[in-house]
Amino acid sequence: MRYLPLTAEDRTEMLARVGVSSIDALFDDIPAAQRLIDLPDLPLHKGEFEVDRWLSRLAGKNIAASSAPFFVGAGAYKHHVPASVDHLIQRSEFMTSYTPYQPEIAQGTLQYVFEFQTQVAALTGMEVANASMYDGSTATGEAVLMAQRLTKRGKAVLSGGLHPHYAQVVTSQAALTGHEVVSLPPDIAAKEDIAAAIDAQTACLVVQTPDVFGNLRDLEPLAETCRKQGVLLIAVFTEAVSLGLVKAPGEMGADIVVGEGQSIGNPLTFGGPYVGLFATRTKYLRQMPGRLCGETVDADGRRGFVLTLSTREQHIRRDKATSNICTNSGLCCLAFTIHLTLLGEMGLRRLAALNHANAVDLADRLAAVPGIEVLNETFFNEFTIRVPGRAADHVERLAAQGILAGVPVSRLLPGQGLDDLLLVANTEVNSDEDRAALAEALTKSIA
Amino acid sequence: MSTTRYTKDHEYIRVEGDTGTVGITDYAQSQLGDVVFVELPAIGKVLAKGAEAAVVESVKAASEIYAPVAGEVVAINDVLGEEPGKVNEDATGDGWFLRIKISDPAELDTLMDEAAYQDFLKTL
Amino acid sequence: MRECASAPFENECGVGVVRSRNGAIDNHPLHKRLPENFIILQDGAEAMLDQPKLDQTKIEIDTSNIEGTIAPADHTTFTGNRALAIEEGLIFELGRPEVSGVDLPDPKPVANRLGTLERKAPIGLPGLSEPEVLRHYVRLSQKNYAIDTGIFPLGSCTMKHNPRLNERMARLPGFGDIHPLQPQSTVQGALELMREISHWLLTLTGMQAVALSPRAGAHGEACGMMAIKQALIARGETEQRTVVLVPDSAHGTNPATATLVGFTVRSVPARADGIVDVDAVRQALGPDVAAIMLTNPNTCGLFEKNIVEVAEAMHEAGAYFYCDGANFNAIVGRARPGDLGVDAMHINLHKTFSTPHGGGGPGAGPVVLSSRLAPYAPLPLLVEDGSGLKLVEDPAEAPGTFGRLGAFHGQMGMFVRALTYMLSHGADGLHQASEDAVLNANYIRVGLADLMSLPFGNRPCMHEALFDDGWLKNTGVTVLDFAKAMIDEGYHPMTVYFPLVVHGAMLIEPTESESKATLDLFIAALRDLAMAARRGDKERFLGAPHFAPRRRLDETRAARSPVLKWTKPAPVEG
Repeated sequence: MRYLPLTAEDRTEMLARVGVSSIDALFDDIPAAQRLIDLPDLPLHKGEFEVDRWLSRLAGKNIAASSAPFFVGAGAYKHHVPASVDHLIQRSEFMTSYTPYQPEIAQGTLQYVFEFQTQVAALTGMEVANASMYDGSTATGEAVLMAQRLTKRGKAVLSGGLHPHYAQVVTSQAALTGHEVVSLPPDIAAKEDIAAAIDAQTACLVVQTPDVFGNLRDLEPLAETCRKQGVLLIAVFTEAVSLGLVKAPGEMGADIVVGEGQSIGNPLTFGGPYVGLFATRTKYLRQMPGRLCGETVDADGRRGFVLTLSTREQHIRRDKATSNICTNSGLCCLAFTIHLTLLGEMGLRRLAALNHANAVDLADRLAAVPGIEVLNETFFNEFTIRVPGRAADHVERLAAQGILAGVPVSRLLPGQGLDDLLLVANTEVNSDEDRAALAEALTKSIA
Repeated sequence: MSTTRYTKDHEYIRVEGDTGTVGITDYAQSQLGDVVFVELPAIGKVLAKGAEAAVVESVKAASEIYAPVAGEVVAINDVLGEEPGKVNEDATGDGWFLRIKISDPAELDTLMDEAAYQDFLKTL
Repeated sequence: MRECASAPFENECGVGVVRSRNGAIDNHPLHKRLPENFIILQDGAEAMLDQPKLDQTKIEIDTSNIEGTIAPADHTTFTGNRALAIEEGLIFELGRPEVSGVDLPDPKPVANRLGTLERKAPIGLPGLSEPEVLRHYVRLSQKNYAIDTGIFPLGSCTMKHNPRLNERMARLPGFGDIHPLQPQSTVQGALELMREISHWLLTLTGMQAVALSPRAGAHGEACGMMAIKQALIARGETEQRTVVLVPDSAHGTNPATATLVGFTVRSVPARADGIVDVDAVRQALGPDVAAIMLTNPNTCGLFEKNIVEVAEAMHEAGAYFYCDGANFNAIVGRARPGDLGVDAMHINLHKTFSTPHGGGGPGAGPVVLSSRLAPYAPLPLLVEDGSGLKLVEDPAEAPGTFGRLGAFHGQMGMFVRALTYMLSHGADGLHQASEDAVLNANYIRVGLADLMSLPFGNRPCMHEALFDDGWLKNTGVTVLDFAKAMIDEGYHPMTVYFPLVVHGAMLIEPTESESKATLDLFIAALRDLAMAARRGDKERFLGAPHFAPRRRLDETRAARSPVLKWTKPAPVEG
């Protein structure tokens, strides 16, 4: 077996040194009745090319985003990832290292985390960011728990523009911990009066921008209302590239900003692993979940970095920890920070402008199709259209033609009478030909 | 004139009139190592005897500080917010945590005096 | 004259010789720090002593002994670099706003649809060209220790080899470049892969159902405990059963998770031999107990041999058994949690099934469930109907479910890697891997048992060997010092100060990926360090590490005045 260095002679010699007659003696503590002899239902080991062939056959059954005109978004976005990103994250010293518990020999990881925290704080317009969470949805769940700790109030109010999966994460967690969640009805036109849902028990408002229907939301008036009533405003985003063009939640007065960082540096990979971004104000630092990297000096006075404020965390605080989180999204966080470093200020702004311009072009093309209505007044790179008939049917029909048209709202919000709505995303990877193909195929599908 | 009493958790309370100044002993600070953060209660908070009054953190540990006797918090040592190292430098002086208005002075009798505490330390 | 080690320059005549045992001293900063009248003897350079003008006091010392007395980190070069050890600034110090490492076409001229929400103020991001980016991150990478550079014996973390085939498979466009919400008819291969890894996990654990969506071990714990809570809700006992039993030796995530899900924690002590006390469990049990969270093999590296009795006691009392599967790698193919009475267990794909740890993630923590908990599994559920495989995402179609743990379907990239590992190993390879992991750990145990103390006696362990600091008493060397001295020897330290129940714990997990030769050298190095500590060579430890990219870092300073991001320095006046 190519991954196991011990030879038969090694094993014999080592067993003798250990002082047992057979390997079985080392497993004596397993109760005899429950000891397993073999695993008859599983195949034997395979060489590389056999495994490759087997898995490639499965992979070949899927339609890859890059092989088709592709407009699927709703929380995960197809962007171009520069070749150097994937090369660098596969460096052995990054990929096969552990959480930097021994900082003297983990400065590489610690420094990029420090740089990542700085980038995320700048992007979100906040004062402090952590070393990443699992993904945007779990970061949202953690933000709600943090707000409940800070305000000592239980109720969370969720905007009807929040991604339904994110809302379900919060409601599932609350149902079991006994906290109240008010989830406002789907808000396609961004017209809800979310401030009206606030009361004296409200810990936080959770508002997404761009929201799940693509609308941009001005958080400033909400922030003002929240401040007056001691409620924390949690801003959520699922498309990090939008922050290159759209006003940052921090600039608009959010108290906690969480979001999905997949779109910068990370491939789609069917939904994970992704990287959750989490930022807040310095005054709330002590209640922040997740790891934090801080600057310090070593015994010779040279700058260095360490994990810090660990007393918030589970391995020290146990049942009083701010979260049970242990793992962050290491390599995904690295991919994010490398890609963002490659882009820089100018590149990110340009990438965001390109996404937006392409989406405006697509919206104009689709609005010209008889029977299709573009519902958004504002958007970044994704918007909602109303189509005649069921959006899911059109999507299936177009998929059969090799065009991945978008996400039917009914997939995220089943049984709500929203069957005629389709979310359409458009990034820098879509060409004029792609957009023309989508408009033409939809025209035919509708007719 | 003040008297000081000690708990087995290494808190001290220095009693002056009907108030008591609470902190951790020099032994406790030496066991903790460098103190990096102290979380103090709100003024006005009413604490039962043995209730969690504050949290003191070193780099690798967090410890709860319990009220030696019942009472209402009347003052906290704000300086520790900026200079938590005071706990290490002067645990029983400038490194105090909080002052409470003692509800029941009889509870003080359940605590150790200086001699008893020194004997207790020898058993550790 | 070893005793000179602590004061090598204070001999009476002021002239001395430092003998370099390994010939490496020329590269060492110590070289620069020696007084002029010292000479350095390389191996085999005895002849130099014959030079008549030097009437030396001959001091025979290992370089390693001297290093503790001298700060070796002098910046004697112009750049501050030391050959391959290159100092690297932050991107914010290197970048310029007008530079980008990505070329993009001009956006079409369109009227924007941003309303009033365009971002106008500078964001504050530095830009670097591609070659600068490559160099920056490669230099950073060189400051890290990694499995690919040496044995990484962190107990409880399972730092085994990460096969590169796993990486290649995860990057196949059919896995890496598919969207979680594209039509299910276009991702049947991905759903087949999820079914296949489920089959492997269920077969290896003997359980009934698996929830694939947890992102990591701790997230898996939350998943399992949420399923238990939901089962209690279904039984109408959620008000009554509020307590979770957690042994003192548990991972910190266990009590944190129980609290997160709204339970209170009741500690259960271990016996003197390191395993959980069944009588103590029985005594702690009552109508208020919802579950126990038990790690098996436990964090002391021992198999909980009374596990079946614990499970029976829990079930008789109407409670559930959550098993922390962090150490499942020791028993794959040897025992199945389903046979032991477990109701829920997470499996760290990044430990047992070799997906990379990546400097702290991403992980994956699928949870296997018994038939008692299977109805409450989170969304999405994978089912098969006439038209193929299907993900059930609508709560209305899954009445028992406790809900959703995260967006989409889980860490697909990790499923591909873990399944690649399983297919590569097969049933025979997995079995052998567990055996080799356990054999390697025991080999280390017996190799060090005479020098370092074992808290539970010199008895067989599972996949990790646990030592305590009893043997360091009165040496002036702490566990942390010992760990830092290992760094100088070129090793990542073992897990230290965990589990908490053992004083000065040192938990060594070699994994099956290490050869006998690697283990022999590792044992020899630890023995040399242990003997040095025992004979009082404190200097080798107290200033360690000397040779790492950084020496010990001031964690107090980092925590007292946190600096968590780069800020632009104020301009210097004049």
